[in-house]
Amino acid sequence: MSIDVKGLGFSYGRRDVLRDVSFSIPDGMLVNVLGPNGVGKSTLFRCILCLNTGWTGSITVNGRDLRSLSVRERAREIAYIPQSHSSVYDYNVLDVVLMSASGGVGMFGSPKKRHVERAWEALERVGVAHLGHRPYTRISGGEKQLVLIARAIAQDARTIVMDEPTSALDYGNTVRVLSAVRQLAREGMSIVQSTHQPDQAFLYADRTLVLNEGRVCAYGDPKDVVTKELVSAIYHVDVEVCSLYGDKVRVCVPVSELDRKQAREEAER
Amino acid sequence: MGNGTGEPRAVSGACPADGEGTSPRRAADQDEARCASRRSARRSNLAIAVLAALLVASSLVSLMLGRYPINPAEAVGMLAHLAVPFDPFWTSQQETLFFQVRLPRIVLALLVGCSLAAAGAAYQGTFQNPLVSPDILGASQGAAFGAAVAILLGCTSLFISVSAFLFSIAAVLLVLLIGSRARGNHLLIVVLAGVMVSSLFSAGVSYTKLVADPSDQLAAITYWLMGSLTGAKWGDMALAAAPIAVGLVVLFALRWRINVLTMGDDEASTMGVNARRVRLLVILAATLVTAASVSISGMIGWVGLVIPHFSRMIIGCDYRKLLPASMLMGATFLLVVDDLARLMASSEIPIGILTAFVGAPFFLYLITRRKQQL
Repeated sequence: MSIDVKGLGFSYGRRDVLRDVSFSIPDGMLVNVLGPNGVGKSTLFRCILCLNTGWTGSITVNGRDLRSLSVRERAREIAYIPQSHSSVYDYNVLDVVLMSASGGVGMFGSPKKRHVERAWEALERVGVAHLGHRPYTRISGGEKQLVLIARAIAQDARTIVMDEPTSALDYGNTVRVLSAVRQLAREGMSIVQSTHQPDQAFLYADRTLVLNEGRVCAYGDPKDVVTKELVSAIYHVDVEVCSLYGDKVRVCVPVSELDRKQAREEAER
Repeated sequence: MGNGTGEPRAVSGACPADGEGTSPRRAADQDEARCASRRSARRSNLAIAVLAALLVASSLVSLMLGRYPINPAEAVGMLAHLAVPFDPFWTSQQETLFFQVRLPRIVLALLVGCSLAAAGAAYQGTFQNPLVSPDILGASQGAAFGAAVAILLGCTSLFISVSAFLFSIAAVLLVLLIGSRARGNHLLIVVLAGVMVSSLFSAGVSYTKLVADPSDQLAAITYWLMGSLTGAKWGDMALAAAPIAVGLVVLFALRWRINVLTMGDDEASTMGVNARRVRLLVILAATLVTAASVSISGMIGWVGLVIPHFSRMIIGCDYRKLLPASMLMGATFLLVVDDLARLMASSEIPIGILTAFVGAPFFLYLITRRKQQL
């Protein structure tokens, strides 16, 4: 098990954000986390990354208690790809990726040749090595996200946590980033990512975790979890889940607009 | 950059649909990128070498500049005489002036310029803000208050420096203490506390001015506040050199970590850097350096803000290169400005005024130029 969460609870002041959250993620599994805004997805991630302290319950990473790990050991287990990213200074893409070497370099050291080599390899793996020498602030949003994925790869952690990696990207870049992530999971990494598109799970996830009001609402195979009833209930919109290509993939369609459209057409006739 | 915008190729690159592995064209682009990155590394090494050469050249020229003439042969001769004994071909008056006035002053300018620029660069990185200067946490105002009080008590120049140093460190520690107690956005609170503590101490300075004896003490305080390298003495410098050396060594050793800090605490810690601890270490080292240099030179603004920017334009943001470049450039800059300060007018202009005269317009030029690039 790469991540095992048991009875996780967290509150900001008196407001409970997470209550009794339990789930486990086996190695090499891509998990999508679904849930409306403000339901605690980011908080859950921040707890797993130890950016939030003061949570209750237990989180074990690779069989080791998260609380017992040092900052450096944690970085070797879990890498993080943030939601939206801007850097104050104009670092080169390669330098951004090189930052992942922090855990492997002594307090007063700087990256060695092998770290540089690993950074280039990571960039090649997601197909953005040709950007290596360019300023990070002057590449497109999709490229930035791919560079951050390369950084997580170069960090050489077993698990990657991604907070809405595609929320700011256009359609093409979304597909590209998700494909790259899918590929990483196939190569044995465990990945947890949050998303706002419920049907992304059918193509790009092995499991879906649905959070609602700070609790785990459902967890399992996307086909079992992302159903008409559940999506309609948690997002409060009427949704139809349709099957395509002999059920290789499914899509979610908001039906209220569909009904209205049908009514209009009938009226015109 | 052989690939135009880079955008279309990123497409085929990341998309598994095109499956056939690396196309020859893409491999060429990757090689191109590696070469370009190696080229820029070489370029920045060269830039650092040039800066170092400039530093040496301007130091040598400065040794000869002044109202009292010392020609190049004499200057070199006097320096060489320290190591190799031979008959002097210069007057003893020249020798006194050279070793007791000119040389210490030049060394002081180099030391202070280097310190302020290094501290400024370090602060700008840890606070993820390019508009930060070394006095952001109250180091300068604290030093000013310490110096003003010491002047008020009629202390010697050595004790004025010590008092300035101690108050400067105390001001920053106070800010850090407030920061550690507060809840919420830690960085923001530290900066706010810095502003508050600064204004507290500057009110204190105003009060000492009010009660100071206008015939001599007030002038001394005002003069100290303007910053000057005039009274450079080996003794004061020796005292300041130790904290400066310790601080600079720590900053230099941490220079790559500062890169990671600029990404913010969350990311830094998920990459294995204990952000709070590293930041504290950087702040303490930078404060030590700032406090020591301000306590012997008075308030010299702008160097710590402008020089890191200028270095960044030449050499990029990577602190592995940026820190040494800032140090070299800061030392050279302050030396040149100090040469102007002592040569431009018949009575000397305090260097703090001159750095502002040079620094402010230059900074404005920088930020307007930035806009054009965007």
